[in-house]
Amino acid sequence: MSANGWAVVLVFLPPALLLFTVFVALPMAEAGWYGFYNWNGYGRPDRFIALKNYQYIFENPTFGRALVNNGLVIAVSLLIELPLALAVALAVAGRIAGAVAFRMIFFLPYVLADVGAGLIWRYMFDGDYGLAAAIAGGLGLQPVYLLASKDWAFTAVLIVVVWKYFGFYMMLYVAGLQSIDKTLLEAAKMDGAGPIQRFRHITLPLLGPMIRLSIFFSVVGSLQLFDVIVPLTGGGPFDTTHTMVSFLYYFGITRMRVGFGSAVGVVLFFICVTFAFGYRRAFMRDD
Amino acid sequence: MIETPYPIVETSERRLPSRRGMNALAAIATFAALIVLASIVLVPIFATALGGFKELGELRASLLGLPHHWVWRNYWDILAGARYWRVLGNSLIIALLTVALTLALSSMAAFAFAHLKFFGDRFLLSYLLLGLLFPAATAILPLFIKIRDLGLLDSYWGVVLPQVAFSLAMAILLLRNAFRELPSELLDAAMMDGCGYFGYFFFITLPLSGPILSTVAVISFVASWNGYLLPLVVLDSESRYPWTLGLMAYQGQYSTSWQLVLAFITLTILPAILMFLFAQRYIVAGLTAGAVKS
Repeated sequence: MSANGWAVVLVFLPPALLLFTVFVALPMAEAGWYGFYNWNGYGRPDRFIALKNYQYIFENPTFGRALVNNGLVIAVSLLIELPLALAVALAVAGRIAGAVAFRMIFFLPYVLADVGAGLIWRYMFDGDYGLAAAIAGGLGLQPVYLLASKDWAFTAVLIVVVWKYFGFYMMLYVAGLQSIDKTLLEAAKMDGAGPIQRFRHITLPLLGPMIRLSIFFSVVGSLQLFDVIVPLTGGGPFDTTHTMVSFLYYFGITRMRVGFGSAVGVVLFFICVTFAFGYRRAFMRDD
Repeated sequence: MIETPYPIVETSERRLPSRRGMNALAAIATFAALIVLASIVLVPIFATALGGFKELGELRASLLGLPHHWVWRNYWDILAGARYWRVLGNSLIIALLTVALTLALSSMAAFAFAHLKFFGDRFLLSYLLLGLLFPAATAILPLFIKIRDLGLLDSYWGVVLPQVAFSLAMAILLLRNAFRELPSELLDAAMMDGCGYFGYFFFITLPLSGPILSTVAVISFVASWNGYLLPLVVLDSESRYPWTLGLMAYQGQYSTSWQLVLAFITLTILPAILMFLFAQRYIVAGLTAGAVKS
């Protein structure tokens, strides 16, 4: 390589590498280190407690509940959100009246910040004022406080997640559908294939890469759900609506339990990386 | 409907005379379902904007009804106060710094990875792309310690630098792929003319990469504008709060006055909605490209 080429490498790469190392790679490595200590963040970590933090995490019922909640978010994303997104995409990818307007409306919630969306829905679910109040009032029922109910609060969170994110996946599917060669569908139609057959044997297989991709993103997104929890429930009532990240925030960061919180981060890291590698190896090899 | 010369379609249509009617019916049903879904999506947003115009007592009585008399004061007081403009200004400063730094650092690094072969280049690229594998939240506590030790707590840079660091992986991946797709004859010609890599980067690569640079800009701007966890951990003084933190603080302060909170929500999400309406093509393309092209 020429001197000029080396100059480029030596000038262009270090800034990105430095920033990435200091603010991404090092903290991740340090999380692994701090996780073995009982440390409040001041001085140096010196109270080595080996795997105690991890033991505390897995014995903690709130963390167990948070894991279950993350699992619920994944389940709802895969079983409701993505199929809904696909159905809507099939409807608005074509020449139906107002297709573009519909796409924009469904995408809109994705553009709003999670805290904004969360507060809007906190109002909707408020038994005294919002939609919940309007429905209960209309039916002549007592006010219902969904977000204060141990049994229903997380369902409310799930509704908000679907409301906010399905439009994004719809847009991915629309992009995928529009790249499908129309002549294939026309040809199948002439050969007498009905709409269901055409969907099953042409559209779905050709949309495969996009579907696998959307599953990947929705699982990774579900694992790191946090922003929407704070305005809706703050993890309550009775710590029933935490996710792993909100658990990390409320039990690690706000109480400055650096060792414990780092260990939670490490657990989350392993879940994400295991999923990412496993999924890519199993399903996304050819994409 | 596409006209087709093939008789087979004609006969099948004739044998099933109801098909066209069925299609029309299905189209109407689909349209109706879309209208219902669109209302479900829009009702919370409209109810919020409308609620900001009502008295608290009226909020109790009706969700979507128009206000008996429009209370402009709720909005007016927020718009006339410094608080709203301050949080938007903070968000804008943080987002613009993040976008500028992300574009600068990632385009330089992506250029080196796209055109130069050197010892360890693949290793370094994989190292940077590790950033795609795990969410920022996993290392947030050690990150907090690091920001504190660097003396960046409670400053814009304490938010900006980690945001840039976390957006680098995706940005470098997108830009490197785009830079490599530029015709290689351009590079050869530039080298022949003694332009050198630096000149090639500034005078050929960057001017020809407008669309992909704007994609990267959209992704990092939206992520920064909507960011919550990082500023929550880094910033202490309300004078530096971006709008996401400012909104939560406002809600905490006026939690008993929904009408004020609703007006504040509406005004703080308004910039995002306006940006979306005016630049929808770029925003949709940018945000979906981030997912698809990686």
